[in-house]
Amino acid sequence: MATRATVADARDVSGRGSWLSEVGDFCRQRPLGAIGAVVVVINILVGLGANVIAPYDPLATDYGAMLSSPSAGHWLGTDAFGRDVLSRIIYGSRTAMLVGFACAFFGATVGAVIGVTSAYFAGRVDLLIQRVMDIFLAFPLIILALAVVSILGTGITNVIMAITIPMIPRAALVARSSALAIRELPYVDAARAAGFRHRRIILRHMLPNVMAPYLIMLTAYLGQAILLEASLSFLGLGVSEPTAAWGLMLRGAAVQFAEAAPWMAIFPGLAISLAVFAFNLFGDSLRDALDPRLKTQ
Amino acid sequence: MIKYIVKRLLLMIPTLLGVAVLIFFLMRVVPGDIVELRFAGESAFAQKENLDKERARLGLDRPLWQQFLTWMLGIVRLDFGTSMWTGAPIIEEIKLRATLSFQLAVMATFIAVALAIPLGVVAALKQDTWVDYVVRIFSIAGLATPSFWLGIVFILMLLIVFKWLPPMVYTPFWIDPWQNMLQLIWPALAVGYRYSAVAMRMTRSAMLEVLREDYIRTARAKGLWQKLILSRHALKNAMLPVLTVIALEFAFLMGGLVVTEQVFNLNGLGMLFVESVARRDYTLTQALVMLVAFVFIFVNFTVDLMYAWLDPRIRFR
Repeated sequence: MATRATVADARDVSGRGSWLSEVGDFCRQRPLGAIGAVVVVINILVGLGANVIAPYDPLATDYGAMLSSPSAGHWLGTDAFGRDVLSRIIYGSRTAMLVGFACAFFGATVGAVIGVTSAYFAGRVDLLIQRVMDIFLAFPLIILALAVVSILGTGITNVIMAITIPMIPRAALVARSSALAIRELPYVDAARAAGFRHRRIILRHMLPNVMAPYLIMLTAYLGQAILLEASLSFLGLGVSEPTAAWGLMLRGAAVQFAEAAPWMAIFPGLAISLAVFAFNLFGDSLRDALDPRLKTQ
Repeated sequence: MIKYIVKRLLLMIPTLLGVAVLIFFLMRVVPGDIVELRFAGESAFAQKENLDKERARLGLDRPLWQQFLTWMLGIVRLDFGTSMWTGAPIIEEIKLRATLSFQLAVMATFIAVALAIPLGVVAALKQDTWVDYVVRIFSIAGLATPSFWLGIVFILMLLIVFKWLPPMVYTPFWIDPWQNMLQLIWPALAVGYRYSAVAMRMTRSAMLEVLREDYIRTARAKGLWQKLILSRHALKNAMLPVLTVIALEFAFLMGGLVVTEQVFNLNGLGMLFVESVARRDYTLTQALVMLVAFVFIFVNFTVDLMYAWLDPRIRFR
């Protein structure tokens, strides 16, 4: 689903062919990216259909089968409460996708709007917005997350907020530099001469033209958000027990019983790496396809 | 040039001031304060009088603007005060932790550079061959693997295969270099891999760009050795963006290794961060945030200056 949407948008940027042939071209020219996209789609489907696919209830404890090693009954073994590791990884995919997409979407979108606004108004407004962004850039990310979680408590919405806030200034920086070039183009002057309001020019005329960097940021932030969520959950600042989340699965007992039950520490980490790997693979190829500077080379 | 430097230095002040305001109020919005936390451990019914007395001793009863002003005046004189929790001077609290974090950051940088530059150059030279694909997959995997998980895997491997664990207590390098290395090489490797991935990708793309320049073709046409072209003409010009990402990553490592430090049980700055926030040690947290923000801003500034100095095409106004 995500693949289609993004590649279809890519057509708008390059402006040729139907989106189906674009998808075909993308797969042929960038096999690595296509593999990444397939894994991403699988990941999303697994997240959506977790309740159908998972062999066990991710929260069901089975004290008779604590820390049992991978077997036919439990493909990836069980954890310290006898919960099925595979089922928890499958449900964890739901958490990861939710956090990943929400953070990347809000982070990149709010950032892009701020960046374009800053470039459009230029002068004092630009300087002021840039200084505020500088402050957030210099502010240590983990402290921001710690503070958000201490004030609002743990839970998925707060984790999304804690991860999104530091993403905004980074996205704003990128969007601003692309928008600076657009600002000088005749159609923006034309829109201004036509007497359109600032808001309309920014949202309808300038924002759609920073679509390429926006999509690149979006895919890059997806992977980063999943990694950050894992780190925060691992520290106990993210999603809280008993929700199934990959970072959370690596915490506590996984380290404590690492020698006796290494599957508890290995598989969730592999799930994180694979998911982020696929997003990056796809994002890289998308960047190559969308960046006109790289295209001519 | 001097005008530009002065302007950039002056622009640092509002940013740092903003960071100071943000952390000062953020910490005070977080529920609970150090006095409550400390007395909570002693008895369930701490006397309100005692709490107030302690708050007065720490200066927490004064109006917020006064507290902020005192803190700012201290910073201007480079006096960061004492930790609210331990009572020790903050400089002392930070010094030992910073040594560890700094050493780890330096080691990770060495590992990253040693991996990134040769691999990045090779990938660029062999663009779109299997060598390029392998290097790119290796680097994307580096970005995708959480460093803290890689650390857990290292510990597991050492434990299961070699029945050995790295030392748990930090020994400063100047006391016993061997013990020190045995402990720190593993986190350095775990962090260095991700770090090298960032630098490797930058090396590759910068090299690709430079190799298409006219002066490289001229050098080839002159019949110069490939080796000489690479080292003197290509690499030298491709290094600027690589240096930038290395510098920025280094700044991040100084305060951002919270999770990896947790895995390896290292008492670095990251761990101190978590402890100080958990204890609501306002003074210590504030000082740490200012330190990390300053390092970040300063590194950015240095990078920009480096650009102007090394690349004569760039001139700042």
